Amino acid sequence: MQEHDMSWVRTEMALAQPAPAGVTGFSAWVRKNLIASTGDTILTIIGFALVAMILPQIINWAFINAVWTGPNRTVCATVAQGGIQPDGWSGACWAFVNAKFGQIMFGTYPVEERWRPILVGILLVVLMVPMLMPSVPRKGLNALLLIVGLPIVSFFLLVGGAFGLEHVETARWGGLLVTLSLSFVAIVVSLPLGIVLALGRRSKMPIVKMLCVIFIEAVRGIPLITVLFMASVMLPLFLPPGVTFDKYLRALIGVSLFAAAYMAEVVRGGLQAIPKGQYEGADSLGLGYWQKMYFIVMPQALKLVIPGIVNTFIGMFKDTSLVTIISMFDLLGIVKQNFSDANWATAQTAKSGLIFAAFVFWLFCFGMSRYSMYTERRLDTGHKR
Amino acid sequence: MASQEVLREEPSRASLINDPKVRSIFYQCLVVALLVSGVWWIVHNTIVNLTNLHIASGFAFLRGRAGFDISDTAIAYTSDSTYGRAIIVGLINTLIVAFVGIITATIIGFIVGIGRLSQNWLIQKICTVYVEVFRNIPPLLVIFFWYSGVLAVLPAPRDSINLPFGSFLNQRGFYFPRAVWGDGSWLIPVGLLVGIAMAWFVARKAHQRQMATGQQFPVFWTSLALIIGLPLLAYVLSGFPVTFDFPKQSTFNLTGGFVVKPEFLSLYLALSFYTAAFIAEIVRAGIRGVAKGQSEASSALGLRAGQALRLVVVPQAMRIVIPPLASQYLNLTKNSSLAIAIGYPDLTATTGTVLNQTGQAVECVVIMMVIYLAISLLTSLFMNWFNAKMALVER
Repeated sequence: MQEHDMSWVRTEMALAQPAPAGVTGFSAWVRKNLIASTGDTILTIIGFALVAMILPQIINWAFINAVWTGPNRTVCATVAQGGIQPDGWSGACWAFVNAKFGQIMFGTYPVEERWRPILVGILLVVLMVPMLMPSVPRKGLNALLLIVGLPIVSFFLLVGGAFGLEHVETARWGGLLVTLSLSFVAIVVSLPLGIVLALGRRSKMPIVKMLCVIFIEAVRGIPLITVLFMASVMLPLFLPPGVTFDKYLRALIGVSLFAAAYMAEVVRGGLQAIPKGQYEGADSLGLGYWQKMYFIVMPQALKLVIPGIVNTFIGMFKDTSLVTIISMFDLLGIVKQNFSDANWATAQTAKSGLIFAAFVFWLFCFGMSRYSMYTERRLDTGHKR
Repeated sequence: MASQEVLREEPSRASLINDPKVRSIFYQCLVVALLVSGVWWIVHNTIVNLTNLHIASGFAFLRGRAGFDISDTAIAYTSDSTYGRAIIVGLINTLIVAFVGIITATIIGFIVGIGRLSQNWLIQKICTVYVEVFRNIPPLLVIFFWYSGVLAVLPAPRDSINLPFGSFLNQRGFYFPRAVWGDGSWLIPVGLLVGIAMAWFVARKAHQRQMATGQQFPVFWTSLALIIGLPLLAYVLSGFPVTFDFPKQSTFNLTGGFVVKPEFLSLYLALSFYTAAFIAEIVRAGIRGVAKGQSEASSALGLRAGQALRLVVVPQAMRIVIPPLASQYLNLTKNSSLAIAIGYPDLTATTGTVLNQTGQAVECVVIMMVIYLAISLLTSLFMNWFNAKMALVER
């Protein structure tokens, strides 16, 4: 053993030196992220020019020059157009959105009955928020209430005709009410239907498999509008004479079937990603087909495809705007319908109304996509490399 | 021997109810029975309904006189043409808007997708905002925004906005000079075709030579010179046969020139911008899907960043990108049916008009479905072929 001369040993850790001035702070950040090279600098200048050109205009239009309240079109029109604003004025007409807010939310739902959709909305929030928070217990009961209880209660509340509530026909529904209720039901229906279709497509029974493939591929190959056309024009032909179908229900069937086909493909992707050993393991444990799917395969498969499922939900939520074309008044439809209101027709009305509608759609879709990212991280148990 | 025979002869121990084969046959018979009775019920109802409405089924109505006008026609069409021709006009319009939309969306999508991966903070943020905004609003809303929010509030033809190259923009559309092909101008497309053919040949030869000897050849510049130079040469040699018909401002309207109607413009812009956001995400995922070692190895080999991207990263990223890209192209084509909302006469719109006029609901919906399915099938066949061509060749 060799002896070391240990005449001096440091007893405390040396403190870390501060980083050199050149690599920290704002100037270093700028040098690294904005002007790293000549090309980078040019890009930055172009980017700044772009932002400097567009951003002030947007802020001016949406906030500074905007009109927030007003009784009619005069507040949003220039003098030349018969209004009070100076010539050359350009700003958002939020007064229009303000005046039509009730309609944008509920359509032509009777004003004195509007507490019903509001109550449904409150119920939805009360059930949805604990459902989305992972730490809140009793998820099973919560899901049951949300998926089975809420639709039944909302049906009686919104349609009425029972328990002393006045009947409100669906033709009077509109705005966000239609958008949300359509997409909620479509989501609730399409997920189980999509799972069944996906299982059918992977089934060993040739006839079942063929039928599922034909349905999925046919629906995925045609635009939603064609499906809606079919639902609104052909469904009445398919039913016995005299039986009529609610237009809202027809759209609901169309959107749900359409979404189910897309959902089926997403779920199939998840099913294919589960290793064969899982299926065989379940078989060797003596589980039946449905037990195998329910306990072993589906929990893993669905977890893998959460992003895909949420993307389908987002797509569906956006697609409900298409019911405008078969003359139903969802959020987009009602905004568009109000453009023709002579009381509010100005050059800024259409832009303002559409941007408000876009903002509402954006909030919901962006929220959904962020929540899916959060869930994905939370459920990530290391399957992914 | 004997034992084997015993095994083969042994009857199934379980009862018939628990035999999976019997069960599967039973279930399938049940499904078929349900389906057949359902279809029979529907067909029966439809026949009864159609008889009550006095509508004859069959496709004979396609030969009837249409009697309605179509604003945008690529082929000759008047209101005296047949219903069949009206549907074909719609189909061509769908294909036109899908084709130009796909090209524009791909270009914007690639730029934005690469921009999201840029080292430049500002560019990255701008591209992120673009993607997050357009991905989360419905395409129909974007179409309406362009149509009633932007294009409808442009000035009237009298005070059109002047743009470079003699083009004008007003609420009736975008006017630009139309090329008038004079005598001898057939040489120009011929020159272009010859140029493309020669460029292809040069690229092939250069590739072969590089494989054999390692010598490189400036293929890009040669091809560019051939493809641009030959038509230009043809243009000069045939004595400048192409003249331009400029739009002229008259009292109430612009006359002459070529006009792109606001319906087409808003549909095209909306579809391109909307789909580009999705393509950008696909491109980003594709490039990030290429292992980091690949770009590190290429810089170790001494390739510059651009070369590494072009020769190593992008070819591998393309393999990840192509399948989802194909489905985005299909989505764009299907979304072009939203044209009906603003009155651009695409397939859905014209067939819908035919449906309303004739009442032949079943036939019209079948025509629509068959055509869209055929487009989807052809596009996915082509993309599958392209995908197979680009796929990793395992050695």
